Amino acid sequence: MSNAPALEVRDLTKTYATGVQALKGVSLQVEPGDFFALLGPNGAGKSTLIGILSSLVNASSGEVQIFGRSVHRDRGGAMQLIGLVPQELNFNQFECPFDICVNQAGFYGIPRRIACERAEKYLRQLSLWEKKDVAARTLSGGMKRRLMIARAMMNEPRLLILDEPTAGVDIEIRRSMWKFVSEINRAGTTVILTTHYLEEAEQLCRNIAIIDKGNIIENTSMKQLLAKLDVETFVLDVAHLPDPLPQVAGVRLTAVDAHTLEAEMSRTHDLNSLFAGLSARGVTVTSMRNKANRLEELFVRLVEGNNGKAAA
Amino acid sequence: MQTQANLVALGTIVRREVARILRIWGQTLLPPAITMTLYFFIFGNMIGGRIGEMQPGISYIDFIVPGLIMMSVIQNAYGNISSSFFGSKFGRYVEEMLVSPMPSWVILAGYVTGAVVRGLMVGAIVLGVAMFFTHIRLHHVFVTLTTFLLTAVVFALAGFVNAVYAKKFDDIAIVPTFILTPLTYLGGVFYPVSSLAEPWHTISLANPIVYMVNAFRYGLLGVSDVNLYVAYGVMLLAAAVLAGFGLFLLKRGVGLRA
Repeated sequence: MSNAPALEVRDLTKTYATGVQALKGVSLQVEPGDFFALLGPNGAGKSTLIGILSSLVNASSGEVQIFGRSVHRDRGGAMQLIGLVPQELNFNQFECPFDICVNQAGFYGIPRRIACERAEKYLRQLSLWEKKDVAARTLSGGMKRRLMIARAMMNEPRLLILDEPTAGVDIEIRRSMWKFVSEINRAGTTVILTTHYLEEAEQLCRNIAIIDKGNIIENTSMKQLLAKLDVETFVLDVAHLPDPLPQVAGVRLTAVDAHTLEAEMSRTHDLNSLFAGLSARGVTVTSMRNKANRLEELFVRLVEGNNGKAAA
Repeated sequence: MQTQANLVALGTIVRREVARILRIWGQTLLPPAITMTLYFFIFGNMIGGRIGEMQPGISYIDFIVPGLIMMSVIQNAYGNISSSFFGSKFGRYVEEMLVSPMPSWVILAGYVTGAVVRGLMVGAIVLGVAMFFTHIRLHHVFVTLTTFLLTAVVFALAGFVNAVYAKKFDDIAIVPTFILTPLTYLGGVFYPVSSLAEPWHTISLANPIVYMVNAFRYGLLGVSDVNLYVAYGVMLLAAAVLAGFGLFLLKRGVGLRA
């Protein structure tokens, strides 16, 4: 039991009453202490999978274990170990943050004195203590998101599941949320994250699974996945573009407008030769950036590849 | 250890329910006081004075007091749990409980206890109002208390089942309006069912509220149209069946888990 994975999913399927098959035999393992990204396009099956992990959705078949405890056979034991931050706001808007947190602890059987201490600790850490007594409906969008994180921490879970926690949150609050989550991950809490901000996943997560159309289409470490990226596209701002476009060996150049050029090249191709080639043809580069985040580029390719397979 | 955790969870739900009842007292506690004052004034004082005694030594206003208290308890226990539990589904904060390790019976017991507490509060308010119009003496404490508790539990459980199946707020208003109110009015609150001609008397005996009102009337006044043992049997059976069904719905996640 002590060496059990934080999460073990075996051959999980889910078919809704409508006939929609949301999961088609998903298997997955997350090790204790990991910061794990679960990515996928809308409708891929992420929320269904998270729903089954947190017992909000009943699986059609398959097995889910949280630190060796079956969600199906030992629901209470498994749920004791989980904290869930769902995608949609799901607290009583008429209650105050302090009561929301203390009540959540109560549902886990945590005595009120300890619950009050923890509520203060996490509301302070997430900069919500000043708002502890106001009705939750009056909080800003970012505060409501942070309140759901504080609430999920009340049972001090060993596995924290964050389902798109930063959707619609400004960059400053997003960074403060990630700082908090990174700290609790360093302290030993396993974290599973779903997000559409792929740069977040790339920066924070060590391992990753990509789910599409109810199947896991990639499950590896972030490093190994990024190493698969063989082609990168750069956007170059240039003083002026000659006509016709210059040719540079090993690089596919495309004009976007009169002052912007896209350069697609192999990751093994060095940038010096690109600049030398452009400079030799009188093109002055004023600035440069990646067209897309590396993980985003891979993600799009994998999902598009999966679409191609499905169409075939 | 598990028992203690379950008790903490149960206490949390009850505390939250009571806080809700007190927070919205203008919707939960005030209306029954006003409605019952009007009932006592119009039916008891103005009309009842012309009716005379229902049974030797029992005036019409005394006769309707137990039924009106039961009517308040039934409506408030039912209304409390159906609106509170459906509200938690509608606002999705029922998920706070569903993702916790709390067993289904704790959720059910917590909500039912909250509804019974509201029934108790409203029952006390109505009794207080009744004291302005009449002088009730408790005939049988045990029967009064157990009938009160069983009735509140039965209708709290029925309200819970309604809330589980409800998909919109209209769904929790339909049952009280079209089923509960007619059954209560025809349940011997304002008249003794024994005075009805056949087949209405026999038909009335199929109404479970008849047994609750009469058992409670026995507790307060010492008179009843039905056998007390039959009344307890009906109440216990209804409570057991509804509790079993409520637990089944929670465990299966009907209307709650996909």
